Amino acid sequence: MTMMSGAQMLVRTLEDLGVDTLFGYPGGAVLDIYDALLASKKIKHILGRHEQGVAHAADGYARATGKVGVCLVTSGPGSTNTVTSIATAYMDSIPMVVITGQVGTPLIGSDAFQEVDTVGITRPIVKHSYLCQNALDIPKYIRQAFYLAATGRPGPVVVDVPKDCVRPSQKFEYPEMTDKVRMRSYNPTRLGHRGQVKRAAKLIAEANHPVLLIGGGAQLSGASVEIKNIVERFNLPVTETLMGLGVFPENDRHFLGMLGMHGTYEANQTMDKSDLVLAVGCRFDDRVTNNLNKFCPAAKIVHIDIDPASISKTVNADIPIVGDAKTVLEQFIEVFDEAGYKENVEALKAWWGQINKWRESNCLKYEKNKDLIEPQEIIEAVYEATQGKAIVATDVGQHQMFTALYYRFDEPRHFLTSGGLGTMGYGFPAALGAKIGCPDKEVVLFTGDGSFQMNIQELSTALEFNIPIKIFILDNCTLGMVRQWQKMFYNGNISSTNLNFNPDFVAVAKAYGHEAFRVEKRSELMDTVKKALSMKDRLVIVDIACNTDAKVLPMQQMGGSMSDMFLNEE
Amino acid sequence: MRHVISILLENEAGALSRVVGLFSQRGYNIDSLTVAPTDDPTLSRCTILTTGEKDEAEQITKQLHKLVCVFRVSALLEEAEGGLERELVLVKLYTPNRSIRDEVKSLADIFHARIIDLNAEIFTLEFVGSSAESDNFIETLGKIVEIQEVVRSGLVGIAKGSHFMKP
Repeated sequence: MTMMSGAQMLVRTLEDLGVDTLFGYPGGAVLDIYDALLASKKIKHILGRHEQGVAHAADGYARATGKVGVCLVTSGPGSTNTVTSIATAYMDSIPMVVITGQVGTPLIGSDAFQEVDTVGITRPIVKHSYLCQNALDIPKYIRQAFYLAATGRPGPVVVDVPKDCVRPSQKFEYPEMTDKVRMRSYNPTRLGHRGQVKRAAKLIAEANHPVLLIGGGAQLSGASVEIKNIVERFNLPVTETLMGLGVFPENDRHFLGMLGMHGTYEANQTMDKSDLVLAVGCRFDDRVTNNLNKFCPAAKIVHIDIDPASISKTVNADIPIVGDAKTVLEQFIEVFDEAGYKENVEALKAWWGQINKWRESNCLKYEKNKDLIEPQEIIEAVYEATQGKAIVATDVGQHQMFTALYYRFDEPRHFLTSGGLGTMGYGFPAALGAKIGCPDKEVVLFTGDGSFQMNIQELSTALEFNIPIKIFILDNCTLGMVRQWQKMFYNGNISSTNLNFNPDFVAVAKAYGHEAFRVEKRSELMDTVKKALSMKDRLVIVDIACNTDAKVLPMQQMGGSMSDMFLNEE
Repeated sequence: MRHVISILLENEAGALSRVVGLFSQRGYNIDSLTVAPTDDPTLSRCTILTTGEKDEAEQITKQLHKLVCVFRVSALLEEAEGGLERELVLVKLYTPNRSIRDEVKSLADIFHARIIDLNAEIFTLEFVGSSAESDNFIETLGKIVEIQEVVRSGLVGIAKGSHFMKP
């Protein structure tokens, strides 16, 4: 029998769940937990510099490793500061457990110091949440939280822990871990409906113009091997959503590029003219579909997703299949084998002929300004220098789309970006979390001069814990994506997007104790990128002045079909 | 279109707020809502009346089912197709003279409503019926006497025959 305080049970539960890294920020309501944490030999605590960064780091850790990201913050402002990060993880279905301090239970509802209704504030942006009522709730709820975060459609779970539940003076018997958490109201479906799989398999084998659409669900489920098998079996063209990038190797000839608003011409054309879309783990959001009424008019839709509510939410599925992407695709492969389905050679030959014509538009070509570095060049240079093998995080804006289009990801879990919520300030802490989770990988951040300033304080965290990531600021002295829209759709009126008062990022980096370089000339770009990457044990910032007027193209025309696109500035 | 949704949910703190929150979050209406523990005290039964398109109702059902605290969800059919709905109505009336009192009494008899509280000038009636019957009751009563106050419970529903919604 082990007697423990609530705080000790909290730490022990995390240890029992295999947690080795905890991102956090202390405060009044979690003092006892921090005290108990000192005794832990298994958990490394990473002290962030702002709770938003703390929780984004846990998110980046989760995306890169596939494990549940865990963070610990105090009550009140500590918890409200994590709201943006929780929403970010929620929109992208990232498994994360957020432990928040709370004022003591007798004070709840009294507007006590640093009291806020954390469960209430976060309710719409969590998969589930708990408010502990006593010390013994802590191990129970944290175990359930991990189970919920990681299974089914993953997502963030909040566990709110009032201060009196972790009081050191009150000890209880620690309930040992049992094998499995069971919750009668929560039973996600993993296995697809066999009849539906059979029907869909037949459609795939018989289709003349099929296309495979991969989303973030395939990333989370780890379905790369199955996808490759199916693509090669039927010679299918493949496109990916922003969240799906890397699941299927982008350098494979079957890959058409990303689809959607800033997708490639060939990916969007292929979608538009297809007669069968096999959608795996995506949710057809508005940045993917453009005008729903004009979406893929000739296509039958087979939609695999673990979340029944994502199916037929926006695009009606002809064959809905609820289940885990990897498991369902394994079922497909079984059916293909049994039925002896093979590539529809004649039809696919014609289909690829057509697709290759679309490819000839070479939609990602861009013109280089004589003097100014183009943002695309920066991504290409880093891609080359890292041999496409780095884990890449981004913030949000033009640089994010340029990264999605010009860095070709060949492996899953290598591209970390806030897709659903579009959170500026996400990238830097997420990159730190990823590097902590994958210390042997090169971790690179592409950010903008706007985004980087939204969580720049984490430079201090990186120094303290020696997290040697490489940061490339695509510095165009403007909020590039907003400016692009102002130029294209607001008569060129520039409203509050100029960032003419940026700091000297090199000086900032140095003030925080890091190495940094500034690049202004094309001739210096590649050498500086390589120099930065060669400094293995240091965080290095490369601040690169680039063309303010560069635009992310191609771009879908609003209200149009998938294939209605602006290909260039005219 | 009118939809009645039956929900079995964990009888725990915050469960109802998740259900209600989902409706406002996703822009769905709640026309009426009732909730109370069932014979199994760990579960509550909730009946929600909402209006919207068919696919909207389907999406609500799916989203509700996704809530971790929700155990079962089902759409209750119209009465002709196998659903039963009841609502409790309490009405307070001003009855200043004998003729009005008599009229109220006889109307109550016709509607199978009960007078559950009275003094010389105020009658309180209780009526149980479907939403449409309740509407009719209140409207008819309003034509013969001045209604002072109306309370409706919101509807509760159950399926006919051998369809059960149990753990």
